[in-house]
Amino acid sequence: MSTADMAPANAVVSAEPRNARAPWALAAPAVMLFAGVLVIPLAMTVMLSFHDWGQYKGIEPVFILKNWREIATDPYYAEMFWRTFRIALLTTLITAVLGAPEAYILNRMSGRWRSIFLLLILGPLLISVVARTLGWALLFGGNNGVVNKLLMSLGLIATPLRFMFTETGMVVALAHVMMPFMVLSVWAALQRLDPQIENAALSLGAGPLTILRRIIMPQIMPGVLSGAIIVFSLSASAFATPAIIGGRRLKVAATLAYDEFLNTLNWPLGAAVAVLLLVALVLIVVGSNALIERRYAEVFR
Amino acid sequence: MTYLELDRVGKQFGAQTVVDDFSLAVRKGEFISFLGPSGCGKTTTLQMIAGFLDPSRGAIRLEGKDLTAVHPARRGLGIVFQSYALFPHMTAAENVAFGLEMKKVPRGERAERVRAALAMVGLSGYEERYPRRMSGGQQQRVALARALVIRPSVLLLDEPLSNLDAKLREEMQIELRQIQRTLGTTTVLVTHDQNEAMSLSDRIVVMSQGRIEQIGTPQETYERPASAFVSQFLGKTNEFAATVDRGSASARLVAGAWSAPAPPGVAGPVTISIRPERIGFSDTGLAAKVVIRIFQGNHWLFQCESECGPAIVIRQNDGQVQPAEGDAVRLAWRPDDMSLRGGGAR
Repeated sequence: MSTADMAPANAVVSAEPRNARAPWALAAPAVMLFAGVLVIPLAMTVMLSFHDWGQYKGIEPVFILKNWREIATDPYYAEMFWRTFRIALLTTLITAVLGAPEAYILNRMSGRWRSIFLLLILGPLLISVVARTLGWALLFGGNNGVVNKLLMSLGLIATPLRFMFTETGMVVALAHVMMPFMVLSVWAALQRLDPQIENAALSLGAGPLTILRRIIMPQIMPGVLSGAIIVFSLSASAFATPAIIGGRRLKVAATLAYDEFLNTLNWPLGAAVAVLLLVALVLIVVGSNALIERRYAEVFR
Repeated sequence: MTYLELDRVGKQFGAQTVVDDFSLAVRKGEFISFLGPSGCGKTTTLQMIAGFLDPSRGAIRLEGKDLTAVHPARRGLGIVFQSYALFPHMTAAENVAFGLEMKKVPRGERAERVRAALAMVGLSGYEERYPRRMSGGQQQRVALARALVIRPSVLLLDEPLSNLDAKLREEMQIELRQIQRTLGTTTVLVTHDQNEAMSLSDRIVVMSQGRIEQIGTPQETYERPASAFVSQFLGKTNEFAATVDRGSASARLVAGAWSAPAPPGVAGPVTISIRPERIGFSDTGLAAKVVIRIFQGNHWLFQCESECGPAIVIRQNDGQVQPAEGDAVRLAWRPDDMSLRGGGAR
């Protein structure tokens, strides 16, 4: 670095003893951005959830627990939150069960095929989530949807399955949207694998299934689990897919908060729902992350 | 008595021949090294013995039985990989026990053999360590114990020491040789390090571009290299162009101001190949000038510019006064120490 480049930094540092204010000054722009777009709105949302609201009086800036009490006592909210996490969990399981083998196969492909299939897997990320979900809506579309026709002509089902406005449809569409995150996460774990490790196990007399179960699986588990955390938190807070597939009939936390804000105009209640979703997700993600780190600390440090 | 036999083995990747016409007979208990630069086909050959690759041509036999027909998981060979390829999610003891588990060795015997194997490589007390918490040398030992505990018919070592620092590598070389002698396991080592090959092996297979250049004991390959490649790859060597002078009564071999009686059957221009430690400074001989002098503890290394091109001379640090940089010197050697190529000589 030339001395000219150093000059501005030196100007800050030279007046003070080193290390004193420089780090703060240098971090200030980022901290201000972080505070401005995240901390302050979040704090305001938390405050909003304690305000009162009425059909005719609108929002009253007082401190009451009305919204929180309503969420805690009305079983409608409990059901809706359970549904949210049930869908997220099912989506996570499906992406893990399908995504991990997908990543393994991808990793074993030779160069050219691998790039083609990687592009196919990443494809969903290149298309707007709304367009993708509407595509599923077309495939599902009532009793004459392509999926139902296919399943019936294959003889797998006798009567059409209901996909639209059901949890099944939501899980299928979400699993498709989230698959790339799981595949990439597992693939990253596979890349860290010693390329000779399968040969080592082979030379010691292990068959292909034993190698998968005893050697490969334990080593890519951290990748599967970190992929699961990403997929779970994104699915639980997903909006576009539940909004299109579930509509008004089958609400999840994100669509409920949206409706409270924009349709009922009960902003405080919507804020309470949103804050609860955030807190629950943070607890689940931090908790499972701590568990994973403890479980694999010895091995992958 | 041939134990492991490679019979005209070849390997083809598309149009590219990686190993060609590789024939070798290994005796039981022998320590063989495949030595050559990277890309010479030595690792490919090892992988064909291990069964990770199938030969395109030829046969590999162990005790007379066709080895290529046996699935790699049932060949019963012990392999140490360059990267060690330890299982990072298993402790040292679990790593070593894995092969025994696959062979369904009873639990009690398994524990005893794992303990003995780790003790043999000097890792008693490290049973519960995970590989990530071990040094490179310790990981290397675990890999060796894991390969040896299954009592392999042949031990295959794929550049096992190349990731260790020089001092540790020397220690491991001695230890490896001792363990191999004690167990009597037939061993094939792949290496690009000529010192390693020479200090460990009973015989060296020098390879270049997929072909065998020479098979011989370390001394044979060093002192009687079969080709220019071998002499240059195994240690340093000097090459001088020489002519045969038939002017006088007896024919003489002449390189610059150096000359000696020509060996019978040699005619025309030849190349003299002579090891740097066999050249001495003398009153007569090839005229040269010392360009650089390097002190290396137990010996001196002289980079000279002679009338026949660059020359390297190595002299023992035996207390004698040595020429300084810039000094004019004369280089001489005994005709027995050189080898000749070209001009009817081989």
